[in-house]
Amino acid sequence: MNKLISKLIFVCIAWAIASAVYADPAKDQAILADYFKNRFQGVPVEEYANGAYSFDTVGRESWEAIEEFPPYEMAIDDGQAMWEKPFANGKTYKSCFADGPAIAHKYPYWDKKKSMVITLALALNHCRKANGEKPLKYKKGSINNLLSYITFESRGNKTNVVVPKNDAGAVAAYEAGKKFYFTRRGQLNLSCASCHIQNAGNKIRSENLSMSMGHTTHFPVYRSKWGAVGTLHRRFTGCNKQVRAKPFKAQGEEYRNLEYYLTAMSNGLELNGPGARK
Amino acid sequence: MNTKSKGLLSIAGAMLIGASLSTSVVMAKEAGMSRMDEGKNLAFTRKKGNCLACHMIVGGKAPGNIAPPLVGMKARFPEREVLKAQIYDASKKNAGTMMPLFGRYEVLTDDELDKVVDYIHSL
Ligand code: HEC
Ligand code: HEC
Repeated sequence: MNKLISKLIFVCIAWAIASAVYADPAKDQAILADYFKNRFQGVPVEEYANGAYSFDTVGRESWEAIEEFPPYEMAIDDGQAMWEKPFANGKTYKSCFADGPAIAHKYPYWDKKKSMVITLALALNHCRKANGEKPLKYKKGSINNLLSYITFESRGNKTNVVVPKNDAGAVAAYEAGKKFYFTRRGQLNLSCASCHIQNAGNKIRSENLSMSMGHTTHFPVYRSKWGAVGTLHRRFTGCNKQVRAKPFKAQGEEYRNLEYYLTAMSNGLELNGPGARK
Repeated sequence: MNTKSKGLLSIAGAMLIGASLSTSVVMAKEAGMSRMDEGKNLAFTRKKGNCLACHMIVGGKAPGNIAPPLVGMKARFPEREVLKAQIYDASKKNAGTMMPLFGRYEVLTDDELDKVVDYIHSL
């Protein structure tokens, strides 16, 4: 019976979020927050930044033990070295990011001139390119060190994605990300929302499904399964593959728009990356 | 109210045709035990049915809790064809279902589906 009610509520929020006439992230987020507050009673919204550990008390204990000696610490150190090491032309990342390194909360954003969503990973490679360096790969490898350092330095800043309402391109990108989130795909025919909204808090096999709010605050993430730190788009790839869908290109338009929507749903939450997960 | 009375009806139905069903299961067991085992394997493994991702099944490790436990199936599904239809295309009954459309989207072949249905029906 409870399940039936929560299913009905899910259908209502899917409808409410989908039927907003123009992009209104604040409204979309308010609908989501109400749904999660009701579903996770007693869990403060700030805790959503800790994903499944916000409600999975058993997993939380081992996670807290892991956080005592963070497995992403080396990545932060290596990232700092990358940040400080001059390119072949003598300049550093600082030449592109004057406010750096604590800049993670400024991404993703809509670039009106380029007419696209710019993520932090993309901006880092734009900087490398402008300085005659080879781009870094977007899922695995040393980009995660750089992202870990920048994210760590940005801890405590709040997520604040702005979707300029008077910019049709930005609105369309946000809407595309949202549509992606609610679209069923793959042979198993599931959407991101099927797992991370409709069934958030439930178990799929032995995995506790985390809520979509808070999903972006702690990336990049060290995963025991990966044995390394990986990017948000690597996680998207994994979640697409789980439903036997063909994953999209990391930092391609689909995933960037998805990141734009998903990050906006965490507006107001503090950045707490890099994170550690199973 | 509606679902309750449906439930009662199907239990009554199960009792009525229970006799014939139990003989057919016994026959299946005698004729091809391995088919039933195959059905169980298909239902359990992640690459195929992975029913345990969402359903508790007695004997299955670390089940999820997204969906109702698969127990007492003959009471709930006296007719094998109704059970098969549910597993073939769960969206027929519930358009917003979380359950993969195992037959319609060819997650399982016809033969695999039949084996899974036999096994699930025996629970
Ligand atoms: C079949 C279920 C399923 C679907 C569909 C699914 N995911 Fe996941 N996702 C998981 C599981 C299981 C985990 C690991 C446990 C957790 O943190 O929720 C996870 C984890 C994540 C995480 C990391 C959470 C954290 O705290 O670090 C993100 C981000 C994520 N998923 C995004 C997505 C997006 C975006 C989509 C759609 C493209 C999607 N997921 C579709 C099951 C799913
Ligand atoms: C990703 C989740 C998921 C998976 C995997 C899954 N199911 Fe389901 N199943 C559900 C949900 C949810 C329901 C409840 C009805 C609904 O929402 O459509 C359900 C309902 C059922 C029912 C009807 C139960 C009843 O009492 O009405 C049967 C039978 C069933 N599933 C069998 C299976 C079998 C067999 C498999 C594997 C081959 C399987 N399911 C895999 C989610 C799943």
